[in-house]
Order: sequence, then structure tokens, then C-alpha cells
Amino acid sequence: MGGKVKEKIKAKIMDANKIRRVLQRLTTEILERNRNLKNLVIVGIRTRGIYLGKRIAALIKEMEKIDVPVGVLDITLYRDDFSELETQHMVQKTEIPFSIAKKDVLLVDDVLFTGRTIRAAMDGLFDLGRPKTIQLLVLIDRGHRELPIRADYVGKFLPTSRKELVQVKLKEVDGIDEVLITEPVDK
Amino acid sequence: MNPETPLTFRHYHLLGIEDLETSEILTILETADSMAEISRRDIKKVPTLRGKTVVNLFFEPSTRTRSSFELAAKRLSADIINFSLSASSVVKGETLKDTVRNLEAMAIDALVVRHSSSGAPHYIASFCRSHVINAGDGTHEHPTQALLDAYTIKQYKKRIKGLKVVIVGDILHSRVARSNLFLLRKLGAEVVLCGPPTLLPLEFSKLGAKIEFNLDKALVGADVVMMLRLQRERQKANYFPSIREYRQLYCLTQERFKLAKKDAIIMHPGPINRGIEIDSALADSVQSVILRQVENGVAIRMAVLYLLLGGKERESSD
Repeated sequence: MGGKVKEKIKAKIMDANKIRRVLQRLTTEILERNRNLKNLVIVGIRTRGIYLGKRIAALIKEMEKIDVPVGVLDITLYRDDFSELETQHMVQKTEIPFSIAKKDVLLVDDVLFTGRTIRAAMDGLFDLGRPKTIQLLVLIDRGHRELPIRADYVGKFLPTSRKELVQVKLKEVDGIDEVLITEPVDK
Repeated sequence: MNPETPLTFRHYHLLGIEDLETSEILTILETADSMAEISRRDIKKVPTLRGKTVVNLFFEPSTRTRSSFELAAKRLSADIINFSLSASSVVKGETLKDTVRNLEAMAIDALVVRHSSSGAPHYIASFCRSHVINAGDGTHEHPTQALLDAYTIKQYKKRIKGLKVVIVGDILHSRVARSNLFLLRKLGAEVVLCGPPTLLPLEFSKLGAKIEFNLDKALVGADVVMMLRLQRERQKANYFPSIREYRQLYCLTQERFKLAKKDAIIMHPGPINRGIEIDSALADSVQSVILRQVENGVAIRMAVLYLLLGGKERESSD
């Protein structure tokens, strides 16, 4: 996102420290709810969900000394707006090198908005196998749901207007850890 | 939401490699790489092209290309119907334009065309609303074959730039050779064409190829050896004295193949004439990637269908 459209920063919601603490809290919640960690696998939604997923896997390793596998899901082929997009998007690889059948899958994304990405991601997961359960973790829930979808673990509920953009930036992709609310500037 | 990388593919039809930008070729190859994963799943299907209809319009025999397009469409959940010459009204005297118009009246989205006349897909594209994909037109182009060849070369060699690719055989009649020449030159490979002088016009040097009539000389230092089928159905005159002589001069034998680089790969678009253009044992050897080419064909065609059929109706840029 970003690029051509001009936008102004309205608020900084999280910095690196805050993101780290939130992920620690969410990891604790995950450990609390999943007694059988050996059955847990993490699937991150491209792009930022991957890195959030990897960080959580590292935190689980730190706390419980257990390796939880992390896979990557690309949802481009499952979008419901395929015929309406002005420009198409590059299909990238789905890389889930383990079976998800009968597993507890923790689906990870940065921002939960309309819920359509999660709908697409669940369709994608079911094509790869039949998981025992799917749980959803998001760093930010900004509201405006269009589908009956909710997250099991939420870093922060953030009421926004539809015009606003929530930008999650992560070191691995953006060089910095922060969460911003921005708004496109009308010309 | 997920990050959205806009694509650099702006064509409405895929008629040939010649009019593609290098960046568009790379976009197709990269998309194919993501598509390949789908064919390795238990459930080899994604819902992307649900509700789209693709027609295979084949006026020439084909097994590989036709079934490859059919599988590609099905794995993307498009509906596909096959239309072949012998079962069509063409034998009753219907013109090509009328055939296409009638198919279009049934609300189709894409036409995959193979025809014995060069330029037939371009003619169809000039009047029809659907996306047209050239699946081989006469002796002109066969773009998806060249794309899957490039994808296969990249898989084995990790690059294309700077490689020496030798294409051997009936260059004159080969649409595969033309499409490959365009593509490989755009991506920076050295292309050497080799064959008997009657089947290898010197004009090809103007397209950036090196011409070599002696196969032994051509093979020295080659990274990729691409053998072509002797297209006897297109050869109306006698281009060489006998099959036996052709075999002696241009058949890829174990002995000859030693002249190429140690890790060279052997390619063939199929169907193979075993023992004529290539030794049977060599075609089945570990250095032969012929079946990998077939496997990759499905991924490439999925990528092409995805790129052409996705997005809003665009202005035709062809």
C-alpha cells in the first residue's frame, strides 16, 4: 500500500516496544488456550502475517521450548473481488510444508477489517486439508466487518472511520516496527 | 489486508512472444511458479476462475497442448469445452469467422486457438470480444511452448541470461523455434540455430540468432540443446535426400551430446520421433527434461489464463 496516493499520518498507535509487549500477551493467551502445543501450527497470511507468525513461534519457543511450524498462505487466488479489481495482483507462493489435517491452525494477519481476507484464507486452508480447529490472531481489529468473522486473539481494538487506513509496519518488510492511522489527502 | 503488488501484464490477448515486453514475460514466469504449487496438492483446484468459460478451438491435432490447457483451466475452476476440427461444422463449410461468432454467442470468455495458418489467432482477435490465446499458428508462433521452455530452463539453470541454447532441426517450419528465439533473445541468451540449409533460412540471423549447419560445431559448449520434430506434414517439397541422411547429420546421439557442457539439458517440445532427431535412450536419460517440460506446461497455461482473464474489462491494447 502507499506509493502513489498521498496520505497524512493521523496517529501513531504502537511503536516497537508496544508491538513486542502485545505479541507477548497474545502468545500467553495462545498457550493458555492450547494445552496440546504439539498439535499447533501457525499459518501467516502474506505478507505481514508471516512475520507476526514467525515472531509468535519464536516467543513460544522461548517460553515452552517447543518448535511450532510456520507456513505461508497467499490468498490472491481465493479473493472474491477477482473480476472487479482494476489491476490484478501478483500471485505469490503458498508455502505450507507440513500437513494441516487434524491440526489446530493458528491463522495470523496484521489487520482485521472487512473479514474478506480471512474468508479467503479459510477457503485456501480447506483446500490443503481438514484442520481440527482454526483460530485467528490479528494485531489490530479496526472494525467494519462485512462477514460474520471474529478474531480469537486481538492485539488492539481500534475504532476507525472507513476513510482511514491502518498501516502495520514490521522491521522484516518495512525496516521499522510501528502501527499508524493515516488518511488519504484529497487533492 | 494483504499487500497488493500490481502486475505489469497489460495485454488482452496472447498472440505471440514477439510483442511482449521482457517484464511481461517475467511476470508470466513468476506467476507460473506460484501456480505450480497447486498441481502438487491433494486437491488440485482453486476457485479463481469460477464462472469463466474457455473454449479450446483446435484446427490441428494436438494432445499435449490441448490437454494441458484443459487441465490448466480446470485447476483454476473455469469451464472448458473442446472443439476439434473433425467434430465441427467446419467440415460442412462454415467459415472461421462464423465458427468464432457462433461460439461467442454462447457467452464465452477465452478462446485457445490452434490453426495450420499463420496469423489465424490474430485474425480472430481482430473481431472477437473474448481473450484469444495462440496455441500454435502455422509456422509462426507457439508462445506458451516458449514460455514453458524458458520456465524449465530457469528451473535447471537458475538463469537464462548468458546461456548458450542450441535449437536443432526443422527451423523453417517450426513455430516453437520462432517463439523460443524471440523469448530467449529478450532474456539475454545466446541462441544458435542448427539444421540442414534447406530447413534453415539465413534470414534468421536478422532476428538475433547464430546460424550453424554443422551440428557438432553447434553443440560445443551448449547449456541447453533443444531438438525439434521433423514436421513431415508441413514439408511439401523434398528438403533433404532421405531420413537416413538427416539422421546421420542431425540426430542427437550419445556421442554427439558429449560435445555440449557436462551439465547440459536436452529439451524437446514433442511429439518425439525416436531414432530420427534424437536417440531413444538419450530421450529417456537423466539429462533429458522432456517430461518436466510437459509438467511445467500446465503451470504456465494457468498463469496465462489467470493473467488474461482476471481484472475488469480492459481496453484492448493489442
